[in-house]
Amino acid sequence: MTSESIAEGVAPERGWQRLRNSLAILIESRTALLGLSIVLVWVVIAIAAPLVTQHDPLHQDYLHLNKGPSAEHILGTDHMGRDVWARLAYGARTILTLAPLSVAASFVLGLVLGLPSGYFGGWIDEVIMRVLDALMAFPIILLYMIIISAIGASAANVVLAMAIGGAPGIARLIRALTMDIRTREYIAAARLRGDSAFRIMMMEILPNCRGPLIVDFLLRVGYAAFYIGTLGFLGLGLPPPTPDWGGMVQEGHTYMTNNLWPVLSATLAIISLVVGLNLFADGLREESMRYQ
Amino acid sequence: MTDRPVLEVNNLAVTYKTRKGDIQAVRDVSFAVNSGENIGLVGESGCGKSTVAFALVNYLGRNGRISEGSILFKGEEMRHRSERELRELRGGDIAMVYQEPMSALNPTMAIGRQMTESLMAHQGMSEQQARTACLKALADVYMPSPESVLRRYAHQLSGGQQQRVLIAMALLNNPSLLIMDEPTTALDVTVEAAVLDLIAELQKKYNTATVFISHNLGVIARVSDKVAVMYAGELVELAPSLDIFKSPLHPYTVGLMRCLPNVDAPRGTRTLYPIPGRVPSRFNMPSGCVFAPRCDYAIDRCRQAPPPLVELTPGHFSRCIRSVEWLQEKPWEDSFSFKNPSAPEAACNPEGGPVLTVDRVKTYYPMPFKTIKAFFGAEKRRYVKAVDDVSLRLDRGCALGIVGESGCGKSTLAKSIVGLESPSKGRVGFLGLNITKVAEKRDQSVIRELQMVFQNPDGTLNPSYSIGDQIATSVRRFTDLPKDRIRGEVVRLLKAVKLGENYYGRYPRQISGGEKQRVGIARAIAGNPSLLICDEPVSALDVSVQAAILTLMQEIREEFNTSIVMISHDLSTVRFFSDFVAVMYLGRLAEIGPVEAIYKPPYHPYTAALLAAVPRPDPSLPENRLRLGGNVPSPINPPNGCRFNTRCPHKIGSICESVEPPELDLGNAHRIFCHHSRKALNRIGTDSFGPDPDET
Repeated sequence: MTSESIAEGVAPERGWQRLRNSLAILIESRTALLGLSIVLVWVVIAIAAPLVTQHDPLHQDYLHLNKGPSAEHILGTDHMGRDVWARLAYGARTILTLAPLSVAASFVLGLVLGLPSGYFGGWIDEVIMRVLDALMAFPIILLYMIIISAIGASAANVVLAMAIGGAPGIARLIRALTMDIRTREYIAAARLRGDSAFRIMMMEILPNCRGPLIVDFLLRVGYAAFYIGTLGFLGLGLPPPTPDWGGMVQEGHTYMTNNLWPVLSATLAIISLVVGLNLFADGLREESMRYQ
Repeated sequence: MTDRPVLEVNNLAVTYKTRKGDIQAVRDVSFAVNSGENIGLVGESGCGKSTVAFALVNYLGRNGRISEGSILFKGEEMRHRSERELRELRGGDIAMVYQEPMSALNPTMAIGRQMTESLMAHQGMSEQQARTACLKALADVYMPSPESVLRRYAHQLSGGQQQRVLIAMALLNNPSLLIMDEPTTALDVTVEAAVLDLIAELQKKYNTATVFISHNLGVIARVSDKVAVMYAGELVELAPSLDIFKSPLHPYTVGLMRCLPNVDAPRGTRTLYPIPGRVPSRFNMPSGCVFAPRCDYAIDRCRQAPPPLVELTPGHFSRCIRSVEWLQEKPWEDSFSFKNPSAPEAACNPEGGPVLTVDRVKTYYPMPFKTIKAFFGAEKRRYVKAVDDVSLRLDRGCALGIVGESGCGKSTLAKSIVGLESPSKGRVGFLGLNITKVAEKRDQSVIRELQMVFQNPDGTLNPSYSIGDQIATSVRRFTDLPKDRIRGEVVRLLKAVKLGENYYGRYPRQISGGEKQRVGIARAIAGNPSLLICDEPVSALDVSVQAAILTLMQEIREEFNTSIVMISHDLSTVRFFSDFVAVMYLGRLAEIGPVEAIYKPPYHPYTAALLAAVPRPDPSLPENRLRLGGNVPSPINPPNGCRFNTRCPHKIGSICESVEPPELDLGNAHRIFCHHSRKALNRIGTDSFGPDPDET
C-alpha cells in the first residue's frame, strides 16, 4: 500500500523561511506597512537622537525663551529656552522605552493570571476573575493616579502602575484564548502523554495564542504611549527635567497663546506614534485573519 | 414528463482567481436532469462537486466565474443573468439545501418568520396565506406539531428536525430544481435514513428535478436515479444508478467502491483497497488522464492525451480509454468477492487475559446551578448521565468496536477509560491495575501503555510545532533513548505509518487530513502501547483515505499486538475492524458480543434499527423500512425502565417503562439487555431482514 504519502513538493519550512513568510504578510497589507513606517521613523529618531540634533535637551538658553522656529532651533525653544526638537527626539527615547516595557510587564502579569484561569476553570477562575473585575471597575486614569501618588512619580513607578492597570484586560484575553485552545485534541494528547499543567500552558497553549497577542501588544503599546503622555500632562509622569512628550504639553500649555510650537509638536508626536501603532496592529490583524 | 430537461449543463468550466493565478476548479462537465429525476454527484472532497452546485445558480463568490460552457435552466441560459434575476430564481424556482442545518437557519428569527418570508417575497402572499402554506409544507415533511414549530427558534429543534424545516422551506415555492449539498452528512444514520426516505418520497410527489451532492455512495444509491462521478473537477463517469453500481466502468468509480467496508460482509472476508495518492492540485494537473497517476490500470497511452467522455452503453458515459475493454472483462471483480479470508483473528486471544476491564462505570457531569437555593445545596443537584453503569472487558490483542448514535456516551466512555474524565462511580482496570482516575494522577508507565487516537485531524496536532518535534516529545516521554537516537526513532515511527523521513520538518498545515491522522497514530504508538483507544479515527476523512487508515491500523494491530477500542458511528467500519462490538444507547449498553453475533439475529431492537438505517451502496437491494422515530432523549433525565422504550418499535408495554431490562446471556459472551425473550429477539431480526442466511 503506497498510501497518500506521494505528497506534492512541499519543502519543510526552515527558520528563515518562516520569517520571510511573516514578512510577506506585512508587505501584503498597506495599512500595516504604513503603520510600521511611522513607528520606525520614531524608533530611528530615538536611537539616533544625538545625530538628528546637536542640541542638549536639558540645556537652558535664557536669551532665547519661547522663540518660534529658526535656523538654529527648527521647532523653536520652550519657556526655559530648551530646544523643542531635541526634547522631542530624546523624549521619543523615553516613551519608546517606557511604553513597550510597561506593556511587557502587564503581559507577564496577564499571563500569570490568565493562563491558569482559563486552563483550570472552576474556583481558580472565579477568584482570579472577581479580583480582576474589581480592578477593572476603577477608571483607569484614576487607578494610575492612586498608584503613582502612593509610590511616587518615577520611570519605574510609571511602568509598575501601567503594568497593574493593563493586566486585567490582557488576562481576560489570554483566558478566553486558553479556554478555546484547551478543548483542542492536541491538549488532550499532551495530557495523555503525562505533561504537567505548567508545560501544557506554556508549550502547548501559549504558542498558539501568539497571533492575537502580538496584535494586542501593539495596540496596547499605542495606548500606553498615550497614557504616559496623559500622566505627564497631569504631572504624574517623569519628574522634570527629563524630556517627556506629555510633560512638554503640560509645561507648554500655559504659554500656548504666545508660543504654540512646544505643545503642538509634542501633541503631534504622540498622535503619530499612537496612530502608527494602531495602523500596524490593524493591518496585521486583517492580514492574519484572511488566511484562517 | 416534459420533452425538455429542466436543467442542461454543457461543457461547464469554472475558474477561480487566486493569488497564484487562475485555477480551473471544474472543467468540461455536462449533464442533464429531467423533472422528477435525481442526479447524484459523488467524489472525494476537492473534486468540484459543490463548485458545480454553486455554479448552477451562479453564486461563485467574488473571485469565481463560469469561464466556459452553458447552463440551461428550462431552456434558458443562466450565464450572464443580472444579480436581480438570479436572486428571484434562487429560493424561488431553484432551491438549495445545505449540509449544516444549524448555520442555514437564522438563529435570531423564529422558524415561522423565516419560512413565511420567502413566500411573501417570491409569491407576494399575505402573511396569513403564507402561514397556511408553511403549515402544509411542515406537515408534508412529517414534522410533529407544525403549529408549535413555527413559533420556535432553530436551537430548539434537533438536527434532523432542522433539516426537515429546510427541506420544507426549499419546497415552499414549488421549485422546478432542487440542489442538495450533502444534506444528510451532519446527521446520525438513523435520522439520515428517515430524511432520505422523505427526500425520495417528496421527489415523487412534487416531480422536482434534484441535484444531490454526497460523498457517500450508499446515500446516492438510496435516492439517485442517475449518478455522476466527479474527479479533480472533471466528470469521469455518468450512468443510471442501477447500471453504475452493478458495472462501474471507470477505475475511479471502482476505486471508490473498493474502499468501502461492506456492512453485510462478515469480518475477515473483505479487504479494503485504498486509492493511492491524492486528488492532484489544480496548479499541477497531470497531462493526459487526470486519474492516471493514481490508477492501477493506467497504461502509457493514458498519460498522453486527456480521454474524452464516451457513451459506452446507452446512457452510460465514461472518461477512460480502457472502459471499452472492461465492458467485457472486469478485472476488479475479484476485489469485491467475499472469498478473501485474511485471518487477523489470530491476534485476538482470550487466554491472554483481559487488558481492560470496565466495571459498572458511571460518568456524570454536574449541571450548572440554576438557582441560589441549588448553590447552597438545598436542591438536588442534576447531572448529565453520559455513561451510566457500563461493564465490559477486552482481551489482549482484540479489537472492540463501540457503536451508537451521537449522544449515546461512546466518547465519554472512551475518555473515562483513557483518563481525560474521571468516572463518578465504578472501576476501570487495566492490566490488573486500578486506573479509575484522570491521566494527571496516573503513573507514567500506565500512561505509556494506554494511548488515544483522536477524531478531528485538524485538532489532533499542535499547529505551532513541526511533525517531527511533536512525535519526538512523545518519544522522549515514553522511552529513555539518548538524545542522539530520538530522531532515528521518530523516523522509524513515521515509516511505520507510511510517511517518509521528509515529513519530519513539516508543519501540520502543510499536510492533508489523512496524513495528520497518521501522525496522530505515530505519536500514540511511540511507547508501544498495549491499548489504543480510537475515537472515530476515520469519520472526518474521505473514503479513499479512510480505507488507507483502517488498513494501517489493522497492520499496526497485528504487528504490535495492540488491543484496540474503536469508537464509531459507522457500523460498516466496525464490522470490518472489530472482534467484539458493544452497542450503546443513552449511556447504557444495549448489546455486546462477538462481531458476527451482533450483525446476525438475535438482535437488540436498537441494533436492528441501526443496521436497517445504514445506506448500502447497491440500489438493487430490497429496502429495509425499519425506522426509529424521534431523537435520543436527554441524558439529564433519561427514561425509566429500558432507556430505549420511547423509540423502540418492538416495545412490549408498561414493563419496558418501569423495569430495567434484564441481561440476556446468549452464550459466547453475547449479551442483550431487553425484556424480550430470546425467541422474540430472533424474530425481530428475521422480520426486518428476511431469514438468516445461515439457517436457510
